[in-house]
Amino acid sequence: MTEGSIGRVTPQRLAFDTPLALASGASLPHWELAYETYGTLNAARSNAILVCHALSGYHHVAGHYADDPKNVGWWDNMIGPGKPIDTNRFFVVGVNNLGGCHGSTGPSSINAATGQPWGADFPIVTVDDWVNAQARLADALGIETWAIVMGGSLGGMQALQWTIDLPERVRHALVIAAAPKLTAENIAFNDVARQAILTDPEFHGGNFYRHNVRPVRGLRLARMLGHITYLSDDQMAEKFGRKRRPSAGSYGFGVEFEIESYLHYQGDKFAGYFDANTYLLMTKALDYFDPADAFEGDLAAALARAKAKFFIASFTTDWRFSPARSREIVNALVRNKQSVSYAEITSPHGHDAFLMDDHYYHAMVAAYVRNIKT
Amino acid sequence: MTHTLKRSDFDVIASWMKPGESVLDLGCGEGELLQLLGERGLRGWGVERDPGLVLAAVENGVNVIQSDLEAGLAGFENDAFDHVVLSRTLQTMRHTQQILAEMLRVGREAVVSFPNFAYWKNRMAVLNGRMPVSEDLPYQWYDTPNVRFFTMLDFEGLCEGMGIVIRDRQVLEERGGIVTEEANFLGSLAVYRIGRGS
Repeated sequence: MTEGSIGRVTPQRLAFDTPLALASGASLPHWELAYETYGTLNAARSNAILVCHALSGYHHVAGHYADDPKNVGWWDNMIGPGKPIDTNRFFVVGVNNLGGCHGSTGPSSINAATGQPWGADFPIVTVDDWVNAQARLADALGIETWAIVMGGSLGGMQALQWTIDLPERVRHALVIAAAPKLTAENIAFNDVARQAILTDPEFHGGNFYRHNVRPVRGLRLARMLGHITYLSDDQMAEKFGRKRRPSAGSYGFGVEFEIESYLHYQGDKFAGYFDANTYLLMTKALDYFDPADAFEGDLAAALARAKAKFFIASFTTDWRFSPARSREIVNALVRNKQSVSYAEITSPHGHDAFLMDDHYYHAMVAAYVRNIKT
Repeated sequence: MTHTLKRSDFDVIASWMKPGESVLDLGCGEGELLQLLGERGLRGWGVERDPGLVLAAVENGVNVIQSDLEAGLAGFENDAFDHVVLSRTLQTMRHTQQILAEMLRVGREAVVSFPNFAYWKNRMAVLNGRMPVSEDLPYQWYDTPNVRFFTMLDFEGLCEGMGIVIRDRQVLEERGGIVTEEANFLGSLAVYRIGRGS
């Protein structure tokens, strides 16, 4: 089978009218999830894969839209016919999480109770909440058990949470470039990003929609900061070093170094489409994620209930969630005598490596997935 | 190293283990031993450094953890496994004493196999002025991964010095047959089952 794109895909949306109780104690009475599916669910319903997204991702995981052929899914190099996640064999579901800004109910959605965007009233959502919402989608799609739940970074954390919260419903978890919880340093970076947004005068306490403005400056700074943590020092040195722009040498504060230009571009691009409230929620979900917390900090105790088999991968230059963080998960699983394989992949691309087209990385995922029966 | 020879070593190792027990295979390569032990009802995990071998082990469907043994076994708890295996790998490691101590920390007992440098053909080769090349030492001096060259007597001396108890020993000749006498002279590959001294 030749390797290729899944081609044209169509986003779908499902509305839920049974309230979703959230970890915070709040409840969402009506909510919607945007999702996409690729491939075909088999008669035994045993070939379904859930792909969970990271901080800025969404349900458009692979393929492209008919009216927007350049809008290729964020994990298109991983998922498609003949690719590591082979859509000739598997039925793949991508979903936008609650609190998102790509079609699922979130702060920019209209709150039926007020007729206004949710804004600051949208409740804080956690990784557990996302797992619960995704499980409702699985119910609606007729999927009792996922062959695989997978994701990178915050997506990997959801895969991990699935195995703990709903152990009977996950056969395999692929947890890539993730961590069992955030460190103080991780939370510190998230807080600076949030402060950039919260202190933007156009944030208006989260209700900027009604003022017809967007906290673009704060969001831009948040993304610039985040982007630094996604790259590696080595890669930045190689790609940018101290390279200057043509305008350099003016002894002013304009854009002089290429790295500045790059970060400004990334910040502007992101601030142009992403919702600031969603960014706040996603970083908060990251901060709160700590499945071991309910077990006196004992990750092995938290994972003991998992019935899934695990594939864990990390990248050598990832300093946001370093290989040592993935090893914490591996060690806990081995301590429980659970099935786990772990790849520590040599890559110059830092945390972003999980999205990159790397031969060894993809061969590893393909090899693991090939052994999974459908 | 041929498949059948590898198996001869593995059969000895497997004979010392029971279904239901857990095993950590250090330097597991493509995971052949773990596959064999899995077929016999053991639960196993491998540790391997080489990316190509880790990939092969994943293809073979065994649990494999990509890690460098020279960095120790810090991630594994005391008494985590019934057995820890180091098959044909000890001679490639620099921190010999450290890895032996670590194996007996994380495992109830350990199995170590290694090429016996005192095998008569190896002695002959050195007497003839050349470094030995054999089934169990299949490398030229300039491309060998082996960094420690030692004999059965050397190993047993180290065990005594470290307070390690030798519980069992099987010695194989080059074609995999069992050697019963003059082991340090006739044995090409030695397989030891060791434990902590009291």
